Amino acid sequence: MSNALLEVRALNAWYGESHVLHGVDLDIREGETVTLLGRNGAGKTTTLRAIMGILRRREGAIRLRGRDLLALPLHRVAQTGLGYVPEERGIFASLSVEENLALPPKVADGGMSIEEIYHLFPNLYERRHSQGTKLSGGEQQMLAIARILRTGASLILLDEPTEGLAPVIVQRIGDVLVALKERGMTILLVEQNFRFARKVADRFYLMEDGRMVNSFPGNELDSHMDELHSVLGV
Amino acid sequence: MSTIFGIPAPALYGQILIGLINGSFYALLSLGLAVIFGLLRVINFAHGAQYMLGAFAAYGLLSYAGIDYWPSLVLAPLIVGAVAMAIERTMLSRLYGLDPLYGLLLTFGLALIFEGAFRYWFGTSGKPYSPPAQLTGAVNLGFMFLPIYRGWVVIASLVICLGTWLLIEKTRLGSYLRAATENATLVQAFGVNVPRLLTLTYGLGAALAALAGVLAAPIYQVSPLMGSNLIIIVFAVVVVGGMGSILGAIITGYVLGVLEGLTKVFYAEASSIVIFVVMAIVLLVRPAGLFGREA
Repeated sequence: MSNALLEVRALNAWYGESHVLHGVDLDIREGETVTLLGRNGAGKTTTLRAIMGILRRREGAIRLRGRDLLALPLHRVAQTGLGYVPEERGIFASLSVEENLALPPKVADGGMSIEEIYHLFPNLYERRHSQGTKLSGGEQQMLAIARILRTGASLILLDEPTEGLAPVIVQRIGDVLVALKERGMTILLVEQNFRFARKVADRFYLMEDGRMVNSFPGNELDSHMDELHSVLGV
Repeated sequence: MSTIFGIPAPALYGQILIGLINGSFYALLSLGLAVIFGLLRVINFAHGAQYMLGAFAAYGLLSYAGIDYWPSLVLAPLIVGAVAMAIERTMLSRLYGLDPLYGLLLTFGLALIFEGAFRYWFGTSGKPYSPPAQLTGAVNLGFMFLPIYRGWVVIASLVICLGTWLLIEKTRLGSYLRAATENATLVQAFGVNVPRLLTLTYGLGAALAALAGVLAAPIYQVSPLMGSNLIIIVFAVVVVGGMGSILGAIITGYVLGVLEGLTKVFYAEASSIVIFVVMAIVLLVRPAGLFGREA
């Protein structure tokens, strides 16, 4: 797919001696929201970490706008325009909410201003002087997403943003993702909750045992329910 | 003559001043150690040697290049900081992610090498280093005479400690440092060049030690052993303050320096162990240190 923003080809990755990704292929076009679905241990988070370069032992090809990312050190990968929101949120206890928000350096023009971010996440404005880890789980997730929006990253890698959150917060995060999608942001979302993901996903990839087993457009989700139930074990 | 708790007031004030001066060096040195440990998780046993190198750099600049005290206050930390950054790049960086024992052993070995080399070149007797003309003499405070240079050391140390604290707590670079202390991988995933940050941090910590060495040179003379005499006490200060706690290192440095000075007045025999007694009590009651974060 030549017009892809991100191209992943035949990606293999290892944790130590353990071979965890087996020839993963993935494409994301500009402005798309693509969701990786799979059960725990399928390799979804590992795929994000391998794309980002946090997991260093990799083979294959990862290209952002045609530029090879595989040989770049981690910080240089981020500077090419990849924004990473980890599953564990990564809020820093020694920084206030505002310091957490301002921490990631800008990698390109076009990121949101702090004012725009506070407009999108009013809770963060109210608690801007609080220690980052004193926020509720939902607020921490908002903060984790918000701080990447400031950087101008062209592609956001979002790892299980709804995990462990109350339904009302999940709903709020869904609204935020819809808003980001309407702004034309490109998102690679990892989720187990496909009912949540269907609100925003243009395409789905299914993963199992470190392999991509299928991909289909978001509007065909209902016709893949049997496969989904089998792959996700639900 | 007035007395306080039966002690002549000038003797008491004199020991408090000596305590404050020693505390200034404890604070400066433990501050550098805390900065290095906080980010690199390296127990920098070469810190005493870097303090000694700072003093010798000032001595060498004066003896061989005619560069006096004031420029040496800047040049010596820069020289030692540059040496430290080279050590971090070529040696320490290979040990990240391994057991902290490896870093401790490497820096301990480096300290022995530096000390041995300087003993070979300069012997063990102290080399005199005069304070600058502007800071000689003493002022009468009414209750005691204060040597001007010693007063300068206390003030300079306070300013440096405050400046370092502000750098870490109030600047963008400081927020990178604090965040990287918690999760260096994530900070790097945000696009911050963490390997360079580690190098700069080690250089900064060593430069602080060297600066303390320059300040100490006119008081204690310049000797290859000056660092090893001090480093164990400084480690105790860092443990009491809380490993990696910047504020803890500063406050504990001054408090323990004064406590040591007061012990000399009231029970001199215990003055050499009082800091270690405090360390043992703190470890029993609060293992993370007075200002450290409990795991």
